[in-house]
Amino acid sequence: MRIACPFCGERENGEFTYLGDAKPQRPAMVALEVAGGAAGEAEAFYDYVYLRDNVAGEMDEYWYHGGGCRSWLRLTRNTATHEITSVEAAPGTGASSSPASTAGTIS
Amino acid sequence: MTGSLSLTSAEARFAAGAKAPVAPSGSTQSNRLDTGGLIDRAAPLNFTFDGKAMTGFAGDTLASALVANGVRLVGRSFKYHRPRGILTAGSEEPNALVELRSGARREPNTKATTAELYQGLEALSQNRWPSLRYDVMSVNQLLSPIFVAGFYYKTFMWPAKFWEMIYEPAIRRAAGLGRSSGLADPDHYDKAWAHCDVLVVGSGPTGVSAALAAGRAGARVILAEEDSRAGGRLLSDGGEIGGMSSREWLANALAELSSLSNVRVMTRTAVFGVYDGGTYGALERVNDHVATPPEHEVRQRLWRIVAKRCVVAAGAIERPIVFSGNDRPGVMMASAVRTYIERFAALPGKRVALFTNNSDGWRTVEAALRAGVEISAVIDSRPGIPEELRAMAEVSGFRVFNGVVHDVRGGASGISRISVAQAKGTTVEIAADTLAMSGGWNPSVGLASHHRGRPTWRDDIAAFVPGECPPGMVVAGAANGDFSLGACLRAGHAAGIAAAAESGRTQKAGSPAAASDEALSITPLWHVEGKHKAFVDFQHDVTASDIALAQREGFESVEHLKRYTTLGMATDQGRNSNVTGLAIMAEVSGRTIPQTGTTIYRPPQVPVAIGALAGHHRDENFHSTRLTPSHRWAAERGATFVDTGLWKRAQWYPLPGEKDWLTSVDREVLTVRNGVGFCDVSTLGKIDVMGPDAGAFLDRVYINAFSSLGVGKARYGLMLREDGIVMDDGTTSRLAEDHYFLTTTTAKAGPVMQYLEYCRQVLWPELDVQLTSCTDQWAQFSIAGPKTRDLLREIVEPSEDLSNEGFPFMAVREVKLRGGVVARLFRISFSGEMAFEISVPARFGDALARNLMIAGKQFGVIPYGTEALGVMRIEKGHVAGPELNGTTTAGDLGLGKMASKKKDFVGRVLAAREGLVDPNRQVVVGLKPVDKARRLRSGAHTIPKGARPSPETDQGYVTSVCHSPMLGQWIGLGLVERGRERYGEIVRAHDPLRGEDYDVEICNPVFYDPEGGRQRG
Ligand SMILES: [Zn+2]
Repeated sequence: MRIACPFCGERENGEFTYLGDAKPQRPAMVALEVAGGAAGEAEAFYDYVYLRDNVAGEMDEYWYHGGGCRSWLRLTRNTATHEITSVEAAPGTGASSSPASTAGTIS
Repeated sequence: MTGSLSLTSAEARFAAGAKAPVAPSGSTQSNRLDTGGLIDRAAPLNFTFDGKAMTGFAGDTLASALVANGVRLVGRSFKYHRPRGILTAGSEEPNALVELRSGARREPNTKATTAELYQGLEALSQNRWPSLRYDVMSVNQLLSPIFVAGFYYKTFMWPAKFWEMIYEPAIRRAAGLGRSSGLADPDHYDKAWAHCDVLVVGSGPTGVSAALAAGRAGARVILAEEDSRAGGRLLSDGGEIGGMSSREWLANALAELSSLSNVRVMTRTAVFGVYDGGTYGALERVNDHVATPPEHEVRQRLWRIVAKRCVVAAGAIERPIVFSGNDRPGVMMASAVRTYIERFAALPGKRVALFTNNSDGWRTVEAALRAGVEISAVIDSRPGIPEELRAMAEVSGFRVFNGVVHDVRGGASGISRISVAQAKGTTVEIAADTLAMSGGWNPSVGLASHHRGRPTWRDDIAAFVPGECPPGMVVAGAANGDFSLGACLRAGHAAGIAAAAESGRTQKAGSPAAASDEALSITPLWHVEGKHKAFVDFQHDVTASDIALAQREGFESVEHLKRYTTLGMATDQGRNSNVTGLAIMAEVSGRTIPQTGTTIYRPPQVPVAIGALAGHHRDENFHSTRLTPSHRWAAERGATFVDTGLWKRAQWYPLPGEKDWLTSVDREVLTVRNGVGFCDVSTLGKIDVMGPDAGAFLDRVYINAFSSLGVGKARYGLMLREDGIVMDDGTTSRLAEDHYFLTTTTAKAGPVMQYLEYCRQVLWPELDVQLTSCTDQWAQFSIAGPKTRDLLREIVEPSEDLSNEGFPFMAVREVKLRGGVVARLFRISFSGEMAFEISVPARFGDALARNLMIAGKQFGVIPYGTEALGVMRIEKGHVAGPELNGTTTAGDLGLGKMASKKKDFVGRVLAAREGLVDPNRQVVVGLKPVDKARRLRSGAHTIPKGARPSPETDQGYVTSVCHSPMLGQWIGLGLVERGRERYGEIVRAHDPLRGEDYDVEICNPVFYDPEGGRQRG
């Protein structure tokens, strides 16, 4: 498999490390002064850490160009054919702008 | 395969060219023609087969040399030990497998048909005992009822022990396919990358035509040919191209290709696999054709070829017909017979019969006649044999029968008679020593099917052609079912131009060469009913009746058929047998061939030695090696090194007279604790974290705060994974307002860097922070012991204040060394002693080590290794890799209080899960045997006194152990349930692996200087 790094050009997959599903978004960091955390955050983190789709087909996923520019990339790849239809740098794509809970206990 | 088969040409050649074989004087080559062939008669070569001395010529394969020497019996079959001869002239050979070379280079299962002859070649036949001619195990034939399809499953079901002790060893002895040398391979293998616009696989008429067109169009072309010589069937089939002999045309075409700087012709290079993104695997047999590779040259080279486009011109493989005795020596593929005659001037026999179901088989008759060989008969199963062929037979004086061969007779040294059942009902016996058979041609669909494209059936040629190809690939010529020479040249040309154009190369490519367009005429015939064994898969001894049996027993799907009968599972991967096998399955199951389907094709298309896949990555080069800055100096001192990941680290520094490692390590520990020593700790991961938000960033990834750390201070930090388990630890210092220097454990340096980049890029790009790995840029030494300051004062400028007030515990700053080098000095301690870590640019590491020895001589300084480092950290109860083992929380390690309550951090939420804060969890404790003389072993499990050892009573285990010279006994750290509440309790250390069981006391993990006064002093 070959990945066209937007910074380095096309490189073979041995230069890259696979992380996995790019869909889950990390709940935002919160301030802890009030209650030590947000209501419902355990459930939200459980989803974020453990729940993954097992896609046979097009999937968004993270790859790290550790053998090159050290960029984290977000690929759209068909898991059945290995066809890669999109590669882009991944700034901020893994984080939710909102915290785990919208219960409002946390500023 | 086509070309003119007219009466006149055959007649003319027969009349003009016949030359009976004459063995040169002193030569063993009874079946060698004295003219013709692509061999060099001026370069005779000696070789041995089963110890018998023979001669051949440069240009021979082992198989062609054996043919020239009149050898017919070359091996015994896998299951039944039947005598077998050479079947083919190519890489699909199932029978003629030999052990090539001797000693450490002995290589089993080498195909004689692809092994090039060299001076001194040694080959042994396989699968026979005590000799090829008198093989004891051929009694298997008499036992054949138990060797039918599925025999492994049926015969050896019970009892299980019998399988291991009796059946399997017996089968392996009886049915082995060659022996491995058991010695290390003395040769080198290489791996390389190549890039091109157009990869052309195969150098027959299609491939050469494609390479010429693409090369002329300006594309960067690689033409890969598995044979030693480019040309494919043009080397064997005769015919005319563009008004000249096909060999002359080939010579011109190859000359043009070599004149094009953008074209690279790679012979002896088999493309074996199609991978993603236009990547192809190819094996170049660089020096298989010589006895031993020249010095500094490799034996084989594994290529990964990245091509924008690929033209597969891999040709086709002739298939056998299944009839009684079709495996006897002397029965040979028709195309192989003419290859041996035309290319190698070697006669497979002197009275040749042909059994064919198609027009192409007749080309062998033409070649044999031209060589002066007697044709005893042609048996053509097609209902209408063309009149011109019958006329040729009449002129040349041989008989033609419309019918089938239903039996052959003959012993181990070859056939003598064949029985023909004529279509009109009568039976005829024919004398012949060679039977050429042609059941039609199977296009080589393997590479085209590597991405799961299913081949599609074509009735007109009675064969599968490639279905949907991998992206960027086209198949042309015979591999695509276009068998005529003219069609191949045109298809190759068109494919070459198209592939070049798709790569952006569009210069003029001329027009394709012209040749005959005679189409293949075939009437399918797969199987002739008969009384004796009729083989489908020669290499695995799968017969037509095995397939019928599999069908009766319900193994009708091709994938089941394959596994139940082992059809197509030998080293030839069914290239001779698969299509025939499924055609017979279609017959017996009443389905069509397309309904029956094909099995899935997977790489490798040809066998690839593990050595080639490994390349140079073996022995000491299995992985790359990282050396510490003081490595050379440590080696000079005779240090013992230990592999830590990729690193080699000094484990201890033995002194003359020390009787074992323990003596050396105890001495190193005691010297440090009483004086001073130093240790290279450069392997710790080092990362510069810089930018205005560096502190905020670290606050998020460590459980404790770093934004509050003062400039010039260091702090121990702990990172969690998002699931709340500890990821890594280390000391991180603040060198400037916007510059932190983070360290990781040696093992996690890479993963932590990758993780931090993930946090920075993917999670929080809004933080203005940069990360730079600088592990290799700094040489770092820990200097420890009460005389550390004395030593340091000898190497730093006198103005530097190292006093406890001027340089307190956990302080960090730059200092100037005598001589001007600026170093970083960290007042941190892993050993529990008064200690500093000093780091200098890596290039000064060696000099620093040498200078520490010189400057410290007056204080009795010593270097210490990782063992002493480990002893001192266990004595101090510091956790390391064995405790940070991917199952422990900060609380388990006794570090729960480090977690900040004022800020959020990765892992905070899930670390609070019920199971991770359970008071019953196993936590880090100290452990020491009650019997002080006893050695504690890591891995032992802790069991309550009086309990029976079981998973239910298991309460933990020993993680790290050492002999503590300070305590005078073995001590250790362990993870024990509720351990911190149980100091003083005696439990059992149960070690079933070593058969040990002894009492240990649970204790505070800080064995030495629990108040910590020494490191702060
Ligand atoms: Zn890159």
